[in-house]
Amino acid sequence: MNKNLGTKAILIAVVLLGCVYGIIGIPHGGLKQSILNRIHLGLDLKGGVHLVLQVHVEEAISSATDRDMQTLNTELAQYSGVTATKLDPKHPESITISGTTPANQSDVRSVLNANEYQAYDVNSSGNGNYTMTMKQSSIRDLEQRTLDTSIETIRARVDALGVSEPQIEQYNLGDNEILVQLPGIDDAGHVEDIIQSTAKLEIHPVVSGPYDNEAAALAAVNGAPPPDQVILKGTAGNGGTDQYYILKRAAIVEGTDFRDAQPSTDENGRPDITFTLTTEAGDRFYKYTNDNKGTGSMAIVLENRIREVAGIEGAIREQGRISGGGISQEYAQSLSMMLRTGSLPASISYIETRTVGPSLGAESIHAGVVAAIAGMLAVMIFMLVYYKGAGVNADLALLLNLIILLGFMGFFSATLTLPGIAGVILTIGMGVDSNVLIFERVREELRLGKTAAIAVQDGFAHAWITIIDTHVTTVVSALILLVFGSGPVKGFALTLIFGLLANIFTAVFVSRTIFDWGLSRKGRDAALSI
Amino acid sequence: MEFFRSSNIDWLGKKWYFLGFSLIFSVAGVLSLAFWHGVPLGVDFKGGTQIKVHFDSTPNDAHIRQALDRAGVHDEIVQSISGGATSNDEVISLPLSTASDTAHDQGRAEVEAALKSNYKDSGFSIVQEDIVGPTAGKQLTKQAAWAVLYSLLGMLVYLWFRFELIYGVAAVVAVFHDTLITVGAFSLTNQEITLTVIAALLTLIGYSMNDTIVVFDRIRENLALSRRESLSDVVNRSINQTLSRTVISSGLTFLTVLSLYLFGGEVLHGFSFALVIGILIGTYSSIAVAAPMLVAYQDWRGSRGKTVSLPAAKGVAPKGARTAKR
Repeated sequence: MNKNLGTKAILIAVVLLGCVYGIIGIPHGGLKQSILNRIHLGLDLKGGVHLVLQVHVEEAISSATDRDMQTLNTELAQYSGVTATKLDPKHPESITISGTTPANQSDVRSVLNANEYQAYDVNSSGNGNYTMTMKQSSIRDLEQRTLDTSIETIRARVDALGVSEPQIEQYNLGDNEILVQLPGIDDAGHVEDIIQSTAKLEIHPVVSGPYDNEAAALAAVNGAPPPDQVILKGTAGNGGTDQYYILKRAAIVEGTDFRDAQPSTDENGRPDITFTLTTEAGDRFYKYTNDNKGTGSMAIVLENRIREVAGIEGAIREQGRISGGGISQEYAQSLSMMLRTGSLPASISYIETRTVGPSLGAESIHAGVVAAIAGMLAVMIFMLVYYKGAGVNADLALLLNLIILLGFMGFFSATLTLPGIAGVILTIGMGVDSNVLIFERVREELRLGKTAAIAVQDGFAHAWITIIDTHVTTVVSALILLVFGSGPVKGFALTLIFGLLANIFTAVFVSRTIFDWGLSRKGRDAALSI
Repeated sequence: MEFFRSSNIDWLGKKWYFLGFSLIFSVAGVLSLAFWHGVPLGVDFKGGTQIKVHFDSTPNDAHIRQALDRAGVHDEIVQSISGGATSNDEVISLPLSTASDTAHDQGRAEVEAALKSNYKDSGFSIVQEDIVGPTAGKQLTKQAAWAVLYSLLGMLVYLWFRFELIYGVAAVVAVFHDTLITVGAFSLTNQEITLTVIAALLTLIGYSMNDTIVVFDRIRENLALSRRESLSDVVNRSINQTLSRTVISSGLTFLTVLSLYLFGGEVLHGFSFALVIGILIGTYSSIAVAAPMLVAYQDWRGSRGKTVSLPAAKGVAPKGARTAKR
């Protein structure tokens, strides 16, 4: 018995130390700071903004089919009388082709079945008419891409606010919704505006450059640029210091004209970027690049800073590449993301906004901690008075329970919310229940005349099943809360589950070990203080 | 020190008093839900705008209303926060129309502008706001409803698995009784039911089950030991045996939850109120509702001529093994 006791004691000590590490890590910067580094506070305790927005993906579908419809019309122009239209505004995913004659039907059919339109199902609707409907899988694809792009854009915009630990992710309570949580911000209106705004991204023709400083640039235009030109600066993709260019003031292409941009590789295997413009912008761009191929270059300007300067190597309509030496793969990715996220692919509306001011958060923490300490003291004092020696046992188990619970939270980087603090308080109350169960049973066994050691053994054996039963039911309802809850409620469920799991360990294993240790010191016929 | 050393109360004999007591509270609650305050839903479920404003000096309700009126905001509800002696906080609520998905921010912006320009008594700051549009309101309601449903089902299945179906049904009826009385209490006191209150309700469902299981476990154990006693006697004895544990345990949990109610601050007020009521009623229902139901079920089966012994259920070793363990 003594050997076992030693092993058990070591196990408990290891668990205790492990959890203390979970709570404060390697402490530096004071105790409070160490704790806050490990245990994250929820928005309701830290203060911050919680937004749920709905992305109107149907707009992205609509513009995708718009674009395809335009391309179709250009291709079908050679067959007189054949037109592609979108007849039903309620079904933006369908294009109707009408006006075919038996003579050109097969030709038209082969145009519709071409690779470019593989996202569509083509069906004949009689009378020489065809309906092209976007496949469900393509729709889902497009919706997801729109959502992902929106998330990237919003993240980029939120970064500009300088928020630490922002959380931006898909929100699964509904379709195509995004959750944005920004701790430390207290003006929801301002944030909403920033997220919804369109960022300024433009492509300008380059007149001359680069110049090392503004003076050199001004010298080149005799002191001041003419009215249709402007001097802008930027790192132009080279990192390091800014360089100055003289650009034409009018942009060839703006942010809203970009449909997509993806990193890829050119024919030499070097990283570059392919982009897609809207049809209308494509026409404009074609005209410009055709007139200037081989001779000119253009600058990509984001928020009035030059991000990239590229030579015009060929005429570009909608699909183009930005290539040229010095583009690394990471830069291709980040630049294409910037091109993609220059503007939101679809409009968004807000469906839920919550803000907690920082003072309220601090008050809540204070109140929660006071309640927790008050509750804990009440319980501990009662146990001492009612169960005497065994009460000490229970109180130690309770303290250990709390440390393990907080340790779990530290290890799992769980977020502590205000209901979470309530969960801790509830764990104290329910946790001590296990001890009460055991102690009452032990008292019963003692009354039946058993010796202390046997009474402890039988008491634990009988109470064990009931402890498991009660913990499982509460964990089940906490699990449901974890699945169905959001934010603060999730925090509550998590602390409750951790607390109950910790309690099974402390109430059964730790309490038993302490009893055994006490008995082993007193001898076989000793009385039990309970 | 020991309370209830050898209590010998005839619990089942008092079942009509219990029934009466439960009926009074349930009916009062139901009447309030149906005809008086209805179900006081928080902004999470009914949607709308709710703003908590902290004023630098004691706020004057009438002046606040005037300030809003002058800016064209007419359908607001202004309430001062109770429970804080020095609290200068007011809650201004606006209906759903001010939080529609297309004009989500409208209500809040109007209120803020109105107070800034028309309320001259003191400075103010907005400490908390919740704006829930119709889409989100519906989603949250649906979620909460499913959570409660799944929870009850989960409990039923677990109890069916560990005991017998009738135990599960009796426990679920007890839990339903607890939830009804708690929600009724919210209606009677006109307190808002928010998402955290739903979390509290789910917790008290778990807690009430907890408590009922302790009694059932003891009943099951005693049934396996004595085949000749009547069910009523076994149940009574089981309750008496577990009385000490029940009262102390519930008492301690109640102490911690009471501490939360008194010190835990205003944000958790609804949550802690639900738990305070829930724990009291949950303990009561294990003795007053679940146990009598078991006996009533068996009596009913007996009166229809079927077998009279309540099965001792799964999970209990046969008599031989039991004796050896003792």
